[in-house]
Amino acid sequence: MDTQTLIYIFVGLSFALYIAIAIWSRAGSTSEFYVAGGGVNPVVNGMATAADWMSAASFISMAGLIAFLGYDGSVYLMGWTGGYVLLALLLAPYLRKFGEFTVPDFIGTRYYSKAARVVAVVCLIFISFTYIAGQMRGVGIVFSRFLDVPILWGVIIGMGIVFIYAVLGGMKGITYTQVAQYCVLIFAYMVPAFFISFLITGNPVPALGLGSEVNDGSELFVLQKLDLVLTDLGFAAYTDGSKSTIDIFCITMALMVGTAGLPHVIVRFFTVPKASDARKSAGWALLFIALLYVTAGPVGAFARLNFIETVNEQDYADAPEWFTNWEANDLIAWRDKNGDGRMQYRPGDAFEGAPVFSESGEGASGERVLENAATENANEVYVDRDIMVLANPEIANLPGWVIALVAAGGLAAALSTAAGLLLVISSSVSHDLLKKTFRPRITEKGELLAARVAATAAIVVAGYLGIYPPGWVAQVVAFAFGLAAASLFPAIFMGIFSMRMNREGAIAGMVSGLVFTFLYIAWFKLWAPAANVEANWLLGISPEGIGVVGMVINFTVAIAVASLTKAPPADIRGLVENIRVPRGAENPHMH
Amino acid sequence: MDDTQTGSNSDADARQAGVRKAYWRANIRLLAVLMSIWFSVSFGAGILFRDFLDQFSIGGYPLGFWFAQQGSIYVFLILIAIYVVAMHRIERKFDLDDDDS
Repeated sequence: MDTQTLIYIFVGLSFALYIAIAIWSRAGSTSEFYVAGGGVNPVVNGMATAADWMSAASFISMAGLIAFLGYDGSVYLMGWTGGYVLLALLLAPYLRKFGEFTVPDFIGTRYYSKAARVVAVVCLIFISFTYIAGQMRGVGIVFSRFLDVPILWGVIIGMGIVFIYAVLGGMKGITYTQVAQYCVLIFAYMVPAFFISFLITGNPVPALGLGSEVNDGSELFVLQKLDLVLTDLGFAAYTDGSKSTIDIFCITMALMVGTAGLPHVIVRFFTVPKASDARKSAGWALLFIALLYVTAGPVGAFARLNFIETVNEQDYADAPEWFTNWEANDLIAWRDKNGDGRMQYRPGDAFEGAPVFSESGEGASGERVLENAATENANEVYVDRDIMVLANPEIANLPGWVIALVAAGGLAAALSTAAGLLLVISSSVSHDLLKKTFRPRITEKGELLAARVAATAAIVVAGYLGIYPPGWVAQVVAFAFGLAAASLFPAIFMGIFSMRMNREGAIAGMVSGLVFTFLYIAWFKLWAPAANVEANWLLGISPEGIGVVGMVINFTVAIAVASLTKAPPADIRGLVENIRVPRGAENPHMH
Repeated sequence: MDDTQTGSNSDADARQAGVRKAYWRANIRLLAVLMSIWFSVSFGAGILFRDFLDQFSIGGYPLGFWFAQQGSIYVFLILIAIYVVAMHRIERKFDLDDDDS
């Protein structure tokens, strides 16, 4: 069977499975829609959290980013796992004990204020939409490359699938679909990784393979060889970074704290039966996540080595099939600056901006002709980092079914995260804005309908963002973390660990953290992208890491304002006392 | 609490408040230890002291690089596991656990 048929079969089967699960687990009440009835086994929830968490960015983009960043890529590996320690130790058990439906629920109740709830909803919607745009773009990439449909149709098909199980099933449908999606995506990630590790080092376990010698008789360790090859071509060594220490520190911290403040992750811990289960569940989630994360680093390193060896100094006429396939999809480009018909891969951009291909004719070697202005340097190859994981099986010449599996895995990763995000957006609209703020007398049936309408509207907006994407998948996602770190995390953390934190302090903190972080990121990324260089950054911290400063501002402002205003009322002290103790957790539907 | 006399209710409340306070202190102590380890392996070994640690190696990995891309993740997992076990022990000691009873 040819690869294309296999891809259709694998993707078709996985979609059929998700829809079957969605129909089997339809939600009948708001409690089932928001938190799956609060009775999910901690291991199952851990697996669902892992799928929820590992997005198109983790599956598709991360190893590619690490491949090109080397040591600097560690920020993603530590940042996106270390956040689970914060979640398990500082937030999850207490929020579960609190026992409501949403993150704004906690902030609104703890800070006895509808305004605080609305501020939290604004933060949540902002974070979730920046995040979801990346997922839909991931779906589009996978569809257009592997299923040969235009990105527009890819996104529409993806939206349709998510619609079926998120809108019908709510959290209950999403939870069980995510378990299936986790299995698909982890299997799809590990199989090619094992193959590639074995091909390069003779050791099939990637985490061990990267610490072993290369299989080519040179007696060099993989990382030694990679450093040698890269420095020969003029790149920085793989194990050396180019970012400053303070920037690495801040980005890692922003990603960790941001992870712990992401509403779609936090809300997963509302679905387990009790507080102690929330702790266990966070541990299981990290275990399932770690399987992919300890593999992603090695995959990135192997991919870089493989890429250089198969592309650099090769004649374009003999370019491997995957190279021209991705070129046809605009994600690889080659500009023969020195006219020798060979592809030189060197540091720097091969030409200015993203490739714009001219419609007319071919270049001298049969390549697609670019309209971009060439740059001065010797590099001739443009490669979009997002393709590395998807192209890896092809680069390493793996069998067709492995490629099909990766296509299904990439879709599972993007769809599972998109569904989780849609759910927190819809529940914050129907529950926090309607039920708890503007329409308190809405019936349960009305609220459930509103949740479904909101989910539908959110899918349409997400789809639009996916078709007209604002940037790279991982870069878009990185925004969400800074904002979560600067707004939601400090408010929740102080709500649990400080008796004295009051309404005025929390609101002032959230607003100042959010506004500062938003303006800093927007200034360097949107309004003045040309100024986005280290010399202009505050304390040398890039927009990716600025969430840490936003967080410090949030804490400082909140504590200062709280100390000048009235302490919270006695019943709020009672509430905090109560959530600190695990005994007596109720199911949300008992309320 | 098996106090049924109304007169000793405030005593019982005070005792209960004391228990909760001691429990919370034990929890904070545990958190402080675990969070310091969390910080040292990732921000310490993986970032601040990476250059120093890179002169040693573990297999073909420079040690600091290994902590940044592999080691810290393993330690994170161990930390959560320790927390789950130790916290459960603390809760049982103060009789505040949520085991089905």
